Amino acid sequence: MQPVSTPSRREFLKASATLGGGLVLGVVLPDGLLTPAAAEPTTSMPNAWVKIGADNRITILSARSEMGQGVYTAMPTLVAEELEVDLAKIKVEIAPAAPPYINAMLGGQITGGSTSVAEGYDKLRLAGAQARTMLVSAAAQKWGVDASACRARDGVVMGPAGQKATYGEVAEAASKLPVPTDVKLKAHKDSRYVGKPVNRLDTPSKVNGTAEFGLDVKLPGMLYASLAQCPVIGGKPVSFDATKAKAMPGVKHVVQITDGVAVVADSWWRAKTARDVLAITWDEGPGKALNSAGISAALRAAASKPGAEFKKQGDVNAGLGGAAKKVEAEYELPFLAHAAMEPINFTADVRKDSCLVYGPTQFQQMAAGVAAQASGLKPEQVTVHTTFLGGGFGRRIDVDFVGQAVEISKAVGAPVKLLWTREDDMTHDFYRPTSFHQLSGGLDAQGRPVAIKFHLTSPSVTSRLFPAVVTKGIDPFMTEAAALPYDIPHQLAEVVIHDTGLRVGYWRSVSHALNAFAYESFMDELAAAAGKDPYAFRLALLDKQPRLKRVLQMAAEKSGWGTPPPAGRFRGIGLMEGYGTSMAQVAEVSVRGKAVRVHRVVVAADLGKMVNPNIVRQQLESSIIFGLGAVLHGEITLKDGRVQQSNFHDYEVVRMPESPIIEMHLVDSDEKPSGIGEPGTALVGPAVANAVFAATGQRLRKLPLRLA
Amino acid sequence: MISLNVNGKDHSVDVDPATPLLWVIHDDLGLSGTKFGCGMALCGACTVHLDGKPVRSCSTPASAAAGKKITTIEAVSATPLGQKVQAAWTSLDVPQCGYCQSGQIMSAIALLTEKPSPTDADIDGAMAGNICRCGTYPRIRAAIHQAAGK
Repeated sequence: MQPVSTPSRREFLKASATLGGGLVLGVVLPDGLLTPAAAEPTTSMPNAWVKIGADNRITILSARSEMGQGVYTAMPTLVAEELEVDLAKIKVEIAPAAPPYINAMLGGQITGGSTSVAEGYDKLRLAGAQARTMLVSAAAQKWGVDASACRARDGVVMGPAGQKATYGEVAEAASKLPVPTDVKLKAHKDSRYVGKPVNRLDTPSKVNGTAEFGLDVKLPGMLYASLAQCPVIGGKPVSFDATKAKAMPGVKHVVQITDGVAVVADSWWRAKTARDVLAITWDEGPGKALNSAGISAALRAAASKPGAEFKKQGDVNAGLGGAAKKVEAEYELPFLAHAAMEPINFTADVRKDSCLVYGPTQFQQMAAGVAAQASGLKPEQVTVHTTFLGGGFGRRIDVDFVGQAVEISKAVGAPVKLLWTREDDMTHDFYRPTSFHQLSGGLDAQGRPVAIKFHLTSPSVTSRLFPAVVTKGIDPFMTEAAALPYDIPHQLAEVVIHDTGLRVGYWRSVSHALNAFAYESFMDELAAAAGKDPYAFRLALLDKQPRLKRVLQMAAEKSGWGTPPPAGRFRGIGLMEGYGTSMAQVAEVSVRGKAVRVHRVVVAADLGKMVNPNIVRQQLESSIIFGLGAVLHGEITLKDGRVQQSNFHDYEVVRMPESPIIEMHLVDSDEKPSGIGEPGTALVGPAVANAVFAATGQRLRKLPLRLA
Repeated sequence: MISLNVNGKDHSVDVDPATPLLWVIHDDLGLSGTKFGCGMALCGACTVHLDGKPVRSCSTPASAAAGKKITTIEAVSATPLGQKVQAAWTSLDVPQCGYCQSGQIMSAIALLTEKPSPTDADIDGAMAGNICRCGTYPRIRAAIHQAAGK
C-alpha cells in the first residue's frame, strides 16, 4: 500500500490519526479533497473529522465507506457525542483518501473486517473531545475567561456570564490552537447518543431515491462504457473487429485496455448493445483449463502436504491414539460470488494533470494508487470521491474496476462511467475461496473430547492483496474460527495454502465462514458419537470461557433448547468467536423432501459496548440472511475456465419467503466494542447443518446443503 | 421519439424504442432512484409502476410504456399510501446499503394498493421478486404491516 496525497499546500490542517499508533498531527490535507462543493462558505477544520462552517453547518467525516453496515451513522455518532452537537443536524461526508483516515486495525484506508466501530471507538470520541475543547478554548480566549468555566452544548459554547458563541463563530480561531492531549471522555452514563438505538442518518435518502450510488454519478460531458472482458478470468484481448459496433448509434469510441475492449457511447445502454456485437479474439491464458472437478481433486491432493501449524496444545497424536473412540470427517466448501446488488462500476475523469475517480469502493487508498498507476499521474494528483456502496461484502476491497475506468477515460479523453452488467459481475468476481477441511477427534471412555485435529487446505486471498502479512505459510485471514477455545487437552490446527488458479477475494466473514462450518459441524459429530446432547456437550467444555459460555446458554435458553420444538421442526446449535465477538446461534428447521426450510434463528451475542443497538440488530439480521444464502444456495462452478453462473437465476440468494424469523439477544456490556457485521454470516452455516442432522440423520459436510 | 408520462410529466425522448425503460428513466430523464440490478427481471431493483402495476423497468421496452402513467420512487410521496410506506420504512430503519429499496418500496406500494391488509403469505408472494443482499427482509415485512396499520 502506498501513501496517498501530499499535494499543493493550500491549507495546513491538524489531523489526528490513530490513537493506537500515536497522534499524527500537522498532516497536510489537500484543500480540494476536503471541500468538494465550491459554494461552501468558509469552513474550518479543527481536525480531520470535523468541518465547521461560518454558517454553523457542521460536517462530520466518516473514514469508512457506507455499504449498508451503518458507519455513516455510527462513526459520526462517536464524534458528535464528544463534540456536543445535535446528531440530527449534522451533515456527513465520506472522507477522501488521506493518511488520517487509515484504519489502524487493517493498516490501510479500508472498510472491512468488521473493524469500523472497534477501531474508531476511542479515536473518534477523542477527536470529538479535542475539537470541542479547542472550540471552548477559542471562545474563552475571546471572552477573556477561563476555559474551565465554559461549557458546550448543541454547537454553542456558553460562558460563565451568559456569553454565547456558536461553533461557527469560533471555529477559525479554534483550528489554529494546539490540539489538546489531556482531554477526558464522557462516562457511559452521560452519553447522549452512544449506546442508544439512534435512527440511521442515511435512511431518508434511501427511501426517496436520492442517495447517490456509483450508478448515479453524472459528470459534465460524461460518456458511458461497457467493457468486454475475456470469458476466462485472466485472459487478454489479442485482436478485435469493432466495425459493427462503431456503426451503432451513439457509439463514440471502441478502445482496448489491459482487461478487455471497451465500447464508449453517449448512453450506457447504447454502449452495452454495441459491446455485444464486438468480435474479439482472446488469449484465454492458463485459466481456460480450470474445471470444478479438477479444482476439487487438486485441492484434496494438496491437503496431503504438511500444514503450517497455527494452534498447538498438548500432543494431538498421542491424544487421538489413546482415545476410546475416534471420529474423522472431511468438509468441503465451494467458491462463492459476492453478488452485491449494485453491479460493479466506477467513474473516472482523467485530465492532463489530474485524475478524479468517483464511485463505490471499500479501499480508497488502493483506489488512489491504482488510479495513479493507470493514469500515469502522481498519487497526489488523484482524488477519490466515495459514493454510497450498493453492497460491498468484500468485493469492493478490490479495485480492478477503478483501473479499468481510468484506462478508458484516459484513452478517450473524457469522463467515463464504466458499468458492468450483472453477468460481468458474476463471472469476474474475486471469489470466496473454496476449502477442504480434514478433522479428527478423539473421545475418552466417558464421551469427553480429548483431542481434535484440524487440517485446512484453501487458497489465500491475503497472499495476493497483502503478501507481507502471510508469513511462515500462515495467512491469518485463513485461520479464523478454526479452533474455538473449548477445553480440549490436545489440539492441533494446520493450514496448507493452495492456489487453485481462480482468483479469490475477501467475502463477508472471510475464513470464519469456512472454518466455523467445519469446526462446529464436527463438534456436533463428536457429540453424536459420544451420545450426548450437542448443547450440553459444548457447555461442559467452556468453564474457562465465560463469555462464550454465557452466549451459548442464552441462545439455548431463549430458543427453548431441551423443550420440544413445534411439530416437524428440529434444532441445531453452533458457537463461534469472531471479530472479538462471542456468538451462539440456534437454528430451527424443517425438511420436506429434499428442501430445507429455516424457520427461526435465535442468536445471542456479546460484542461489548453497542454504539448503536439499532444498527447492531440490523447487522445481525443482515449477516444471518447473507450467510443463509451460502448455506442453501451459493455455489460458483467452473467449466473450461468459465464461471458457469451468470445472474440470479443460476446463482440464487435468499428472498423474502425464505427469510427466517431472527430473534436477537444481546449482552449488555461496557467493554470495548467488537465486530458485528460478519460473525453471524459464518455461524448460521453449522447451526443450520446441525439442525438438518437432527431432522434427517444426514450429516451434510458440503455447502450448499444438499440432502441425499 | 417516444412520449412518456413519468410522475405526471410528459417527456419526449429520442431513444431506440427497444431501450429498456430503466435506462430512459435513470440516464435520460435523470431520475436516478430507480436502480439497475440484473437486467433480466430477476431482482426487482428497477421496479416502477405502469398505470399502478409494478413492472421491472430493466426488461420493459420504453415503447411499451408509451401512453401509460409511469411512477417512480421520486413521486411516491405524492400519495397518502406512498407517504405511509416511506414513513414505515423510515421509522423501522429498513434500508442498509439501500440500493434495492426503491424497488422494494415500489413493490410494497403495489401490494398495499391491491391488498390493504396483506398477510405474511401475501407479502412473501408480492415481494419474492425483490432481492435484498443486505437481508432487510424482516424489516421490510414489519414495515409493510406497519404501513397497513397493523
